[in-house]
Amino acid sequence: MSDATYLYAVARDALPECPAGVADLPVRTIGREGLVAYVSTVPLEQFGEQALRRSLEDMDWLAETARAHHRVVDAVAAATPTAPVRLVTVYDDDGHVRDLLDRRGDDFLRVLARVSGRREWGVKAYADPAAGVGPGPGASGDGNGESCPGPSASGGGGAGRPGTAYLQRRRASLRGREQVRRQVLQRADHIHRALSELAAASYRHRAQDPRLSGRHDWMLLNGAYLVDEGRDAEFAEQAAALGGDGVEIRVTGPWAPYSFTVMEMG
Amino acid sequence: MDRMMGSGSAVRPAYAGSAANREPTNLGDILERVLDRGVVIAGDIRVNLLDIELLTIKLRLLIASVDTARELGIDWWEHDPWLSGRDRELVEENRRLRRRLSAIERRGEAIDGGDSTERYDRYRDHAERHGDVDV
Repeated sequence: MSDATYLYAVARDALPECPAGVADLPVRTIGREGLVAYVSTVPLEQFGEQALRRSLEDMDWLAETARAHHRVVDAVAAATPTAPVRLVTVYDDDGHVRDLLDRRGDDFLRVLARVSGRREWGVKAYADPAAGVGPGPGASGDGNGESCPGPSASGGGGAGRPGTAYLQRRRASLRGREQVRRQVLQRADHIHRALSELAAASYRHRAQDPRLSGRHDWMLLNGAYLVDEGRDAEFAEQAAALGGDGVEIRVTGPWAPYSFTVMEMG
Repeated sequence: MDRMMGSGSAVRPAYAGSAANREPTNLGDILERVLDRGVVIAGDIRVNLLDIELLTIKLRLLIASVDTARELGIDWWEHDPWLSGRDRELVEENRRLRRRLSAIERRGEAIDGGDSTERYDRYRDHAERHGDVDV
């Protein structure tokens, strides 16, 4: 046997058309009990275990394959509730995928119901380690109680002014690293809590490698938020408002609900 | 490594939002999702990411953030089976056991002349379920 079945995602509905998948192969669907699996027929010379051990070490191959996998997941998730499956999930044949849908159909339906009508947004917060980080715009007034001790920045907006930035750096060096660290953590907690309040679910991922993000500053928050479609604009506004005062906020998305379909099944 | 980072060139999401400060989808964001999130399927399967020794990839992608994380007081690597020494020992022990099992099975096959491949697969599955760390 020289072919296998590569699984991208399990979703509620079948799309009339789908972008090309891994290795530029066509994507098709396997339907079963109200669920649709998105798959490609892949050659085992490329997607067998031995081949993958080598290929996954090749960063170019990994990048191309990850993008192709994501492209399919993204297209499906834009149209129908979708549970993305992890990269390089390869079955012997279609029969095994049908069997999965039969056996774990209820689990998939439960997860799909949870993400239905919602989209994942990524929010990353960065701070320049050399500069100070204040409690954040409005933090002193919103009564959340996690504001930092001491005469911190006066309510945001000052990060862009050279004089203020200089004073923040100066203050940070005087305070010492421990205090900066504490402030950064408090600030990250504050941002995450505020965004979680607008989300149906939230997850705080590990901070990303600075080389991956192409940035040199600290990532103090790497959050994922499952947001009702009607609240997208409100969420984006809130995310932007939480920046400033030494912290830069970057929003990515909407994503397929990668962070909210994490489950292991046999 | 550098060539895959920072360029910011990328697949755009199929559906565009309107937030002013959104950035284009970069490869790092995609990788952390497709490698670490979503549904993991184990068991009755030909290949899955967990079978493949991703230590190098994971390390390359993530370990450099350890210093940053330490600065921030985050200790996720203590719980990451790929990165914590304790679990790596378990993984290594599991691998040794599988090799021994495989050798014993082959010897058994030679003795009784039967096809023990299927039996080995069952043992292997069992070993995976019970011996492998939960990732």
